[in-house]
Amino acid sequence: MLLIPCPHCGPRAEIEFRHAGEAHLVRRTEGVDDAEWGGYLYARANPRGLHAERWRHIHGCGRFFNLMRDTVTDKVMDTGDAS
Amino acid sequence: MRLSTGGRVDRARPVSFSFDGRPMTGFAGDTLASALLANGVHLVGRSFKYHRPRGVFGAGVEEPNALVGVDRGEGRWEPNQRATTVPLYEGLTARSQNAWPSLRFDVGALNDLAAPLIPAGFYYKTFMHPRRAWEKLYEPLIRRAAGLGTAPTEPDPDRYAQHWAHAELLIVGSGPAGLAAAMAAAPSGRRVILCDLDEELGGSLLSRPDAVIDGRPAWEWLESALATLCAAPNVRLLPRTTAFAYGIDNLVSLAERLTDHRPPAAATGARERLWQVRAGQVVIASGAHERPLVFPGNDRPGVMLASAAETYIRRYGVLPGKRVVVLVAHESGLRAAEAARAVGAEVKVVDLREEPAPEATRGRLRISGVKLRSGWEPCDLLLMAGGWTPALHLFSQSRGTVAWSEERQIFLPGESAQPETSVGGCNGTFGLDDCLAEGWAAGGDTGPRPSAEPGASGPSSPLARPDSADGRAFVDFQNDVTAKDIRLAVREGFRSVEHIKRYTTTGMATDQGRTSNINALAIASDALDRPVPAIGLTTFRAPYTPVTFGTMAAMTRGPLFDPVRTTPIHDWAVAQGAVFEDVGQWKRARYFPRAGEDMHTAVARECLAVRAGAGLFDASTLGKIEVVGPDAAEFLHRMYVNAFLKLGVGKCRYGVLCREDGFVFDDGVIGRIAEDRFHVTTTTGGAAGVLHMMEDYRQTEFPELKVWLTSTTEEWATIALQGPRARDILSPLVEGIDLDPESFPHMALKLGRVAGAPTRLWRVSFTGELGFEINVPSIHGRAVWEAVWEAGQRFGITAYGTETMHVLRAEKGYIIVGQDTDGTVTPFDAGLGWAVGKTKRDFVGKRSLERPAMLRADRKQLVGLDLPDGATVPEEGAQIVDPAEPTRAIGHVTSAYASACLGRPIAMAMVRGGRERIGPVAIAGEGAPVPARVCGTVFIDPEGARLSG
Repeated sequence: MLLIPCPHCGPRAEIEFRHAGEAHLVRRTEGVDDAEWGGYLYARANPRGLHAERWRHIHGCGRFFNLMRDTVTDKVMDTGDAS
Repeated sequence: MRLSTGGRVDRARPVSFSFDGRPMTGFAGDTLASALLANGVHLVGRSFKYHRPRGVFGAGVEEPNALVGVDRGEGRWEPNQRATTVPLYEGLTARSQNAWPSLRFDVGALNDLAAPLIPAGFYYKTFMHPRRAWEKLYEPLIRRAAGLGTAPTEPDPDRYAQHWAHAELLIVGSGPAGLAAAMAAAPSGRRVILCDLDEELGGSLLSRPDAVIDGRPAWEWLESALATLCAAPNVRLLPRTTAFAYGIDNLVSLAERLTDHRPPAAATGARERLWQVRAGQVVIASGAHERPLVFPGNDRPGVMLASAAETYIRRYGVLPGKRVVVLVAHESGLRAAEAARAVGAEVKVVDLREEPAPEATRGRLRISGVKLRSGWEPCDLLLMAGGWTPALHLFSQSRGTVAWSEERQIFLPGESAQPETSVGGCNGTFGLDDCLAEGWAAGGDTGPRPSAEPGASGPSSPLARPDSADGRAFVDFQNDVTAKDIRLAVREGFRSVEHIKRYTTTGMATDQGRTSNINALAIASDALDRPVPAIGLTTFRAPYTPVTFGTMAAMTRGPLFDPVRTTPIHDWAVAQGAVFEDVGQWKRARYFPRAGEDMHTAVARECLAVRAGAGLFDASTLGKIEVVGPDAAEFLHRMYVNAFLKLGVGKCRYGVLCREDGFVFDDGVIGRIAEDRFHVTTTTGGAAGVLHMMEDYRQTEFPELKVWLTSTTEEWATIALQGPRARDILSPLVEGIDLDPESFPHMALKLGRVAGAPTRLWRVSFTGELGFEINVPSIHGRAVWEAVWEAGQRFGITAYGTETMHVLRAEKGYIIVGQDTDGTVTPFDAGLGWAVGKTKRDFVGKRSLERPAMLRADRKQLVGLDLPDGATVPEEGAQIVDPAEPTRAIGHVTSAYASACLGRPIAMAMVRGGRERIGPVAIAGEGAPVPARVCGTVFIDPEGARLSG
């Protein structure tokens, strides 16, 4: 079970969190063609290695935040508030 | 044979026990294995496949042979226990396994005679045809013939506990290395946890009274070391505690056995405790397992690991045989020879570094002789000292990489992946003084360390390779895999150890190949003529030793497995005899049967009563979110497909929530309580997901909006009063609320009091009748419900449940998200296009609704199905076909009920291009397709006259 550094509460056990998908997806609803919008909805990086992802400390402060996780080693790099 | 002196057993405290019904006596401090050996019992079990007689082989968790069932009473039968790790207690009842009619005479042993016919892969090759016979015939037969203990059938009556702990230092193993680490760390004040799977702490020192540490006998030193650690407030000592899993971020799971060493009657409190330890640093001091030797006949009762014999003699005061032959491929075997000799046994040492391994052994139920180069040598105990295999299990689970040492013929810990250190035997360090030094360094290296004679244990020697493996030379004793089986697998083309393992099943028994993996690798390496690392090492998986399901589950069983949520009106419904259904974690009253009624008649009565007079329904499970702030309206406007900016205070609106992909996610009525305050309702099952989604947008997409969200599901009881007499019933109960339809029309809400309780009273309807939803603080829910119930008596008020609610809403074509929608349905598909704000610049899902695929005319659309009188109610989910082309599905039934009000079945369905489809369809089922006609979704009161009454 991961030890996840919540930027607001400090390191906590993974069961306090909910994964919230890939980070840095920009929601732009105007001036995007269907293919771009489809990419926003469905295309994900799914890398082997460093992955920017969102988590929510759902059983703690409730805040969404970003972190970098290595999908091979599960090492968490750094975190930042998602808003 | 029990020795008159020596060992750690307490001869003043005899303990009686039984094995296969035979009463015996041991001493406090014995294991079942040591007590059996003291009673001269060498035949302890039958092997898995060939039913060969087997005896005690080891003295700890590595034991593959001596598996027994331990009976602790009703629900407490535990099969496949290693006799070597079962502590003896007064009245212990153990039984042998996999033998019939008896352990000494076992019919299944016929398998052994047929052994040449059942080599590795036999089942795969033989039981292929006919294919359907596998499940019915072959597998049950094979399972009966080959197997271990039988599973218990009663529920486990014991309690289990769980504990989370943090420690700067977790030390796994309390042998010399682990103890030294704890002693070095103790003065620092860091939180230290020292655990060991054995009954007492001390590890290998418990078998080494002859060793000397700091000039004192080992046991004396051990006692004072443990006393020092006990006195340190920052050190927690956990004997009987197995570290069985090493997870990410230094989370190590421990299973602590609390009561199994006591007689059942004296076992109070939790049986086991699961520790989840998050450690700053882990010191793995898990020791090493001695390697057996592979030679023909190496599995008879009386063939034992040399270190195990040393343990029985030194720790338990039991001599397992009087004529002892010691096969020494590693000099540690000489210690066992010395120990046996010292207590009067006749000992012959055979140095396998100078002569080949034995050719054969004899003795049916116990070994009686071994064939050496010099000829047959009589013996009743044959000891194997094949060198040592570091216990890398936890290190490997921590994702550290293991490295093969060609020189020493062992795998060693390589690169660490987490903050841990391996010390002592599991690091390939076998000398006593070296172990103390390594442990001390890992614990912090403070001050002068304990020291011992360096020569207490010698260096590891090369792996002894079996010379002749053409006879029945066993590699995996528990799964009956021989050297020949492994060579056969190689001949048949298997190259990787992962494949050889699965084909032969070597290393796949409950001992996880603790003693067999390395020998199997060596044989495969030899047969393939490739170095050991090229063949690979199988993965070490948790748990290190079997862990009971009870320990894993701990408190999360029975009612605590999943919390049950009940409404404030629940007990009233129970008293009324309601039948409940589970909706998520909620218990909801499904219907209220009267005497003699089944569900169908009860629901029909409830439906008619609501439309004729009034019905009362508990809607408290609906999710509720309070949306507050100056931008609350703007926020809902962006979230829901509907327009919310212009919704007036005191008004309600039915809202549809899409996901960003444009598909319906949830729905519910939203009331504007004040300019900056909305009362949002969600579906019962969708509450948590909707709040999560709203929070996501609030925090990350619309952070500029000043709005706050609070879950208020449990704050409110929601009582739906529905039917033409609803106003009559309610009017004497309200204060400060004018119920007149002019001032309180459909989809309005008012604040005031009902039956004395503050209320948010909504005029809404999920039945198509005049209706109110009375929201009152939960604490008043039951009282208000009963007040309405009383007031309604003279109007024939009827309590109804979710089943009736479903029928009534379907008669009106109101959808249920998740039943009539399935995550691929847009608001337009569901006939909710009217709800979508046409002029809105943006809302969640808007852009997706413009995608071409969402606009196609042949999308599935929600329609009603007009069924002929007398038709049976179609199955929900049944496929719908075009009668002209009955092999192609064009849709499916989403809801179907018997409508008591209409006197015929009604159904809703998702049908391709449904709204444009005029004409007949058919519902496919088990029998002939049932004819139906596509119609609108509103079956009753299409003008809505009843609603606005």
